[in-house]
Amino acid sequence: MLGVVRKKMLGQSLLKIRPAVSMLRSYSSAAKQMTVRDALNSALDEEMSADQKVFLMGEEVGEYQGAYKISKGLLEKYGPERVLDTPITEAGFAGIAVGAAYHGLKPVVEFMTFNFSMQAIDHIINSAAKSNYMSAGQMSVPIVFRGPNGAAAGVGAQHSQCYAAWYASCPGLKVLTPYSSEDARGLLKAAIRDPDPVVFLENELLYGESFSVSDEVLDSSFCLPIGKAKIERVGRDVTITAFSKMVGHALKAAEILEKDGIDAEVINLRSIRPLDRSTINASVRKTNRLITVEEGFPQHGVGAEICASVVEESFAYLDAPVERIAGADVPMPYAANLERLAVPQVEDIVRAVKRACYRSVPLAAAA
Amino acid sequence: MGRMGFSPKHACLTDEKDPNRQKITNLTSCLLVSCQLNLHCEVRPPFSSKFPLPFFPSLPIGTKATKMSTAFSAANFSTQSFPLNHTSTTSHDSPLVFAKPTSQFLRSTRKLRLSSSSKLNLNRRSGTVVAVSDVVKQKKSKSTPTLLITKEEGLELYEDMVLGRAFEDMCAQMYYRGKMFGFVHLYNGQEAVSTGFIKLLKQQDSVVSTYRDHVHALSKGVPARAVMSELFGKTTGCCRGQGGSMHMFSREHNLLGGFAFIGEGIPVATGAAFTSKYKREVLKEADCDHVTLAFFGDGTCNNGQFFECLNMAALWKLPIVFVVENNLWAIGMSHLRSTSDPQIYKKGPAFGMPGIHVDGMDVLKVREVAKEAIGRARRGEGPTLVECETYRFRGHSLADPDELRDPAEKAHYAARDPITALKKYLTENNLASDAELKAIDKKIDEVVEDAVEFADESPVPPRSQLLENVFADPKGFGIGPDGRYRCEDPKFTEGTAHV
Repeated sequence: MLGVVRKKMLGQSLLKIRPAVSMLRSYSSAAKQMTVRDALNSALDEEMSADQKVFLMGEEVGEYQGAYKISKGLLEKYGPERVLDTPITEAGFAGIAVGAAYHGLKPVVEFMTFNFSMQAIDHIINSAAKSNYMSAGQMSVPIVFRGPNGAAAGVGAQHSQCYAAWYASCPGLKVLTPYSSEDARGLLKAAIRDPDPVVFLENELLYGESFSVSDEVLDSSFCLPIGKAKIERVGRDVTITAFSKMVGHALKAAEILEKDGIDAEVINLRSIRPLDRSTINASVRKTNRLITVEEGFPQHGVGAEICASVVEESFAYLDAPVERIAGADVPMPYAANLERLAVPQVEDIVRAVKRACYRSVPLAAAA
Repeated sequence: MGRMGFSPKHACLTDEKDPNRQKITNLTSCLLVSCQLNLHCEVRPPFSSKFPLPFFPSLPIGTKATKMSTAFSAANFSTQSFPLNHTSTTSHDSPLVFAKPTSQFLRSTRKLRLSSSSKLNLNRRSGTVVAVSDVVKQKKSKSTPTLLITKEEGLELYEDMVLGRAFEDMCAQMYYRGKMFGFVHLYNGQEAVSTGFIKLLKQQDSVVSTYRDHVHALSKGVPARAVMSELFGKTTGCCRGQGGSMHMFSREHNLLGGFAFIGEGIPVATGAAFTSKYKREVLKEADCDHVTLAFFGDGTCNNGQFFECLNMAALWKLPIVFVVENNLWAIGMSHLRSTSDPQIYKKGPAFGMPGIHVDGMDVLKVREVAKEAIGRARRGEGPTLVECETYRFRGHSLADPDELRDPAEKAHYAARDPITALKKYLTENNLASDAELKAIDKKIDEVVEDAVEFADESPVPPRSQLLENVFADPKGFGIGPDGRYRCEDPKFTEGTAHV
């Protein structure tokens, strides 16, 4: 940790944006707080300084300091050859990054939101994900596609879709969804070091949230394993799986449920592909009930996959049908109250857990 | 299709006005436009004076009328508006290939053409002369024509083209015998482009192609055995049978694919060129001057990714050459029916790079242009767009009945077979004897036969290969906290397959 802090002291420009880290020097053992934005920035910074082959490419990542300020300070530190501002050509620059990755460089491609990745999805799937297989191992693609995913606040239908299910269904990709700052740092470092294409789905509303981080997290060699979920809250009565922003909602729901005597176990998936089926199934075998929470569209979503996995492996252990909480099956509306209805809220999770625990008011009967 | 006067059933696209007049006007305006263009690139004199001659003036007008590709847009290439063209006046002096043959060719095929063609042809040609000679003084070498290639180079080119042709013919045979399956796209007729460009590359230079990639693989150095086994789907193929006809990859030879989506290879090629520049500037490998060639067709030139990459390659001055294999047809869609401005080379200057049009049926012309374009890239002067006018003798793929193309058009191009032309050049200039060329033919036949036998005898991939190579990380999982790769959940990739 100290090594990291010293490095940061050298970069004058970074001090301005790292108030959390500069505070670290004054406190010795208090819990450190770090925003997700700073976590991502520090992870990028450390990986770029450790390996010269890592470079960042995207719209507004350089002079604008990042559309969401994730890449703040990186242009001054690493120069325009490694932090590239691109024209508005998602297909073009995603493909260029894949071509660079074929030759051993390690590009980090930023999409301003993952909705724009649809313009480049041909390259993400066809030339990144499938290349190692098509070439029988000759062309590996150590690339990271990152950017905010899912709903923000009032941005409308074309800026609010969650792409976890789409990318997670494709073999050859790894799909990661961090929640806290620890997740963001650890998973982004793992993604950049990983020799395969990784789709890194962040969340815009989480960028400004602060989480406490331990010293281990701040170390420059900190890395989280890809494919391992984290049990955020241990419980006995029901398992709630969630990823990204929904983990926060699930934790709040768990607190509410505790007052009603229901002890919920909250699993932060962290990795959608590969999905940590063993952790999920072990948890379900313990609690016998499962609620899956996600922000995206319900049909063919992540919850559907988790439900199928649990039914295949732990059917005998289920005491209640698996419930999926997902976004409404509509393009995201603009009006604030409708948007609130279209995205799962804490109350939805609480109600679903109660249904799963008592089955006193089955959903079908209520409808 | 929009071929004026060619296909009566598509008469709706036939120009009502005199196609020839329109052609002259367009031609002249093209030249004038190109002369006015001011590109910031340097052209060394040897390049422009030896610039390949356009074959188009030799084209009888009635036929390819709408291929207004006559203007040597190499005129755009230089800041001094150079000429370069003229077959009629300089052909006998020029060292370049088709001088005599073109005129003979012209006479012989005139019978196929509309009777008005000859007169109009002259008009067209004189139109060209007027436009060009007004602008330029041309240097002509009156002394004995210097040859463009040495004997060894000539034989190498010949062997490569014959290998490509023999291989593709064998592919067709094998397909109809059921040994090859799926989509197979053959390259017959276009060998001059592949050979002309790829034979100038080093091993570390990269080539990115489309689904019509067998011959690019062969020219780049991938063994015929490996390519044939890949097509048969055997485990000894260059991609262990996992890629197939459309996805040829070779790390050793820097063949970066083989892409089925048109336009998909262009950004990947631009990225490979980007790497070359990155290695030089950031990783400080000072002598890294690797060039990338991107091959794609005329249909691709209407695709967004093409324009995106022209922009970025010129913006960042990447060492890449964009080679358009304009064979006029995208499956059954004629280039002229689908493109607002069919002259693809003009799209280069729009983005700030030179656009060149060359006769893609003449390997020597292609080679001359390629030398210059690749040299430009190697020196760090940026990208070039080269449009090679070529033709595929077979259909789009082996499943294509190829009913829409006019047989007269096919015959016209069949008469300009690049292999026959090179053979003629070599024998007429005493670079090689018939016997030597026949020996090469025989050798290639043996190579191809051997490739088929090898592929036949190779084993199919074992069942366990189904789940391999999905990830470079062998167990498909990332790094654990101890810094080593995790190995968990072996069922992860299996799905329902019993492996």
